[in-house]
Amino acid sequence: MRISGNILLAAVLLFLIGPFVIICIAGLSAGETLSFPPQGLSLRWVARVFQVESFRNAFALSMTLAIGATLAALVLGIPAAYALERYRPPGAEVIRNIVTAPIVVPGIIVGLALLRHLVIPTGIGVTVALFIGHTALLVPYAVRVVSASLVNLRPDIEEAAVMLGASRLGAFMKVVLPNIRSGIMAAFIIGFITSFNQVPVSLFLSGPGVTTLPIDMMFYMEFNYDPSVAALSGLLALMSLAVVMVAEKVLGLSRYV
Amino acid sequence: MSDFLKLDRLTLGYGDTVAVEGLDFAMQPGELVALLGPSGCGKTTTMRAIAGLMTPMGGTITLDGRDITRVPPNKRGVGLVFQSYALFPHLTVFENVAFGLRLARVARAELTQRVDTALAATGLLHLAQRLPRELSGGQQQRVALARSIVVEPKLLLLDEPLSNLDARLRLEMRSELSRLQRELGIAMIYVTHDQSEALALADRIIVMRDGRIEQSGTPDAIYERPASVFVAGFMGFENTFVIHNGLLAGIAPIGFEVRDAVGLAWRPHSVVLGQGPHRGTVAGASYLGQVVEYLLTTPLGDIKAEAPASAPRHAAGDTIAFDLPEAGVVRLPRA
Repeated sequence: MRISGNILLAAVLLFLIGPFVIICIAGLSAGETLSFPPQGLSLRWVARVFQVESFRNAFALSMTLAIGATLAALVLGIPAAYALERYRPPGAEVIRNIVTAPIVVPGIIVGLALLRHLVIPTGIGVTVALFIGHTALLVPYAVRVVSASLVNLRPDIEEAAVMLGASRLGAFMKVVLPNIRSGIMAAFIIGFITSFNQVPVSLFLSGPGVTTLPIDMMFYMEFNYDPSVAALSGLLALMSLAVVMVAEKVLGLSRYV
Repeated sequence: MSDFLKLDRLTLGYGDTVAVEGLDFAMQPGELVALLGPSGCGKTTTMRAIAGLMTPMGGTITLDGRDITRVPPNKRGVGLVFQSYALFPHLTVFENVAFGLRLARVARAELTQRVDTALAATGLLHLAQRLPRELSGGQQQRVALARSIVVEPKLLLLDEPLSNLDARLRLEMRSELSRLQRELGIAMIYVTHDQSEALALADRIIVMRDGRIEQSGTPDAIYERPASVFVAGFMGFENTFVIHNGLLAGIAPIGFEVRDAVGLAWRPHSVVLGQGPHRGTVAGASYLGQVVEYLLTTPLGDIKAEAPASAPRHAAGDTIAFDLPEAGVVRLPRA
């Protein structure tokens, strides 16, 4: 029983981590084409990643987008979560379901809908469209994670702050925000990673010269079948891993997801 | 003379529900007034209106000569100690107490000195750097108190401040509150449903019922001369009866002059057991040390009586005679 359990565990781990390990090793190949096992080991394709201009541009866009859209989602999501939690407006549950719908709806539908009904009719720029699309995608995470930490916060501490001379806004800034800070940080990290790894929505909202990193990697692979994409994937996976590990260490991220 | 706090025909409610109707009430500087009543009588609502946390539907509130009916809560100079303490969980005891002074931009040296004074007065100096979650209930209660008095409000409201403490701590905090109030000379309104707390602390008790004032007076006056059947029941008169057609509870002759009373009340120790015109069956007996407390089932309703422990005992099921003598009666002018 115990042995078969361990075998099952090993199988699952292999299934989850195997591709990551294979990609990392493939990225260290010395050969000309993407292959596994690699033809010799070298860092030439890792170095190559930093020389491809479209990678550099796409990385910059993805970073900007991930940070900008996550911040925007928090700016929208924190007040929304606060209002839903504190004022319980009529139909709060319906509103909560609508707000969190994009988590359920497949990204490809969100992307298509935004393209068809926002970008094409209004003719807004591709970068703006990406920003709006990603923000819309991240608001549900912000609302849910921030709501979770608001539930544990007594509403009467705001009244206490007001009785001691604070304005309503002052009470929110001085008493509510510091107490949901770890929830906000958790929402930021989840939002950042979700945006950075996003493919379906970005696919519809990318345009000439404006592509996010995952999309650019797909395009690159269509024309160049070399190991640099594998090297880049490995680097990105390590970056995500580092972010999550730091978050778990500092905030106990697993409490919120 | 002008009153320190004056509520004039104050009407309060939520939506269509009126919780408090036409409340008139005045208090003097330095007075400690207890608002006493069962839950739902409007006492907490009244307190929240004085604090400014809810807007009256009608009437005015005047504090220290200034109409504060529409003044926001943070500009009233009124302090509030919450039933749940409502401490700021992310701040140390020191910072919790300093919160109001920081908002008022009090200079650092003065701030430290005033916070330390408040912490010393509440016996918290050694806990200044702790977080609220590291404190016991009684200590949290002291922090809430220190935090409210350090900003020197004109009026301090306390919402059932002792109800979350165990019995021994409650007594301790009660005398501490009393001492602080004497030392600071600050006017306080103390909301409670516990008659013994109200009796022990207050200069004046206001008994509320269904959003109105039922009776107002000194603790002695209310305890000795309750004005109604309701107040008598609330003040530990276990045996209260209304009078119907000149008969006790509409069935038994009374045997003395009722005058203009609509109800009569006896405390358990005023009921005479073993003789008298009434009959009852012993439903239970509790030995309390000095006395034995009996619960009697009678045609008049349940009666609570006390007899000295040295007197002959009655067992459950015994039928005994008892008397409700004029000597121990309190006449109640209202229902």
